Amino acid sequence: MKTLLNIKNIVAVLLISGLAFNCSNDDDMNSASPMPSEPDFSGIYAQQDQIGRPAVNTVFVSPSGKDMFNVTPPSQQNAAFQSMFQTNLMALSPAYANPGDTNALGLDAATFTGLLATDVLNLSLDGTTTFYDGTNVLTGRALADDVITVELLLIFGGEDFSENPNLSNDNVDANDKPFSASFPYLASAW
Amino acid sequence: MKKMKALFGIGAVAVAGFFMVAADHIDAPAVQGGTSDITDFYAFQGQNTDNVVFVANVQGLLSPTATADATFDENVLIEFNIDTTGDYVENLVIQAIPRDGKMYFFGPTNPTNVGLNSSIETAGAKSMVDITPYGSQAISKTSNGLKIFAGPRDDPFFMDFAQYGEILAGNATGFNNPGSDTFAGTNVMSIVVEVPKTMLGGSGTINTWVESKRKQ
Repeated sequence: MKTLLNIKNIVAVLLISGLAFNCSNDDDMNSASPMPSEPDFSGIYAQQDQIGRPAVNTVFVSPSGKDMFNVTPPSQQNAAFQSMFQTNLMALSPAYANPGDTNALGLDAATFTGLLATDVLNLSLDGTTTFYDGTNVLTGRALADDVITVELLLIFGGEDFSENPNLSNDNVDANDKPFSASFPYLASAW
Repeated sequence: MKKMKALFGIGAVAVAGFFMVAADHIDAPAVQGGTSDITDFYAFQGQNTDNVVFVANVQGLLSPTATADATFDENVLIEFNIDTTGDYVENLVIQAIPRDGKMYFFGPTNPTNVGLNSSIETAGAKSMVDITPYGSQAISKTSNGLKIFAGPRDDPFFMDFAQYGEILAGNATGFNNPGSDTFAGTNVMSIVVEVPKTMLGGSGTINTWVESKRKQ
């Protein structure tokens, strides 16, 4: 019985000191140590660079237009750049100048560059996401997608990917480190 | 990929100079080699197929030595833009901006301003994660339904860029087989955010792009 009382007393003392400790903690918070201030997020941020699909500015915009392309909102890019894209595509791959000539997606020079001039990346929320996997077209861009070969094929490969075989595949088909199946997906730095 | 801006449509005379730039960075003149220079953008379905993943990489072609000293610029906002209505105007943004060793994420939220000038949408859901130091295990965090990461990674881009330059220069008539990955062994500064599809409309096809914006 006496032991039990002692335990009760000890518990009571511990509780009281715990409360006292908390109180003194609160006091400290209110007076001596102010909360760390919120970082400064104020101000206006002005656009410098943008990208939707890979290589579009690289391949289709003339040198004098590259900075302007980066600060033209996608909703205005077609009107401002489609004509330039078509000229540059036909200079690169003259077969596009032949009447009726298309790439393997069935797009002629005007239609293909009309698609590309609005530089956004389409993203499907309903399944496979890939730049091009032989079946799905422009439903996203996965890390392992060989986007350069796809673009070379669409520029140089003709109606069935058979034209200009030396130009339509760079023969680098994969990354130099394997990707992870789980977040954050990208490989660790070298 | 944007490292190779100016790849096509330039004369052979320009190619030599172009290559010297390539060892440093290739981009449009205003951003080339700077902290707002975006190298690549990816968008794909996550391991959890209820989610999609956005990746923005900046500051390309970092050697391992340079990576140890590389940092995100506190004056550069990285903004993922999402158009769910098909008019190519963003109606959702996810913003990422570093402060004192952490990457802060705001959104997805309806932006106060669309287009070229943005303010940080501090009224949107705020998440933050410690920026992973070079050489450390990836630090990721789940917050407000998002999974977030920021830090150095291997550049996921691959291409025989060097041979391409040889073709443009008239020194070669085609690619080699096998080719050689010009970007092997180089790093980028990477921002990765995984988002539930339900936050982006749930189904259908959306239009996405990424922007870098500098504090004025």
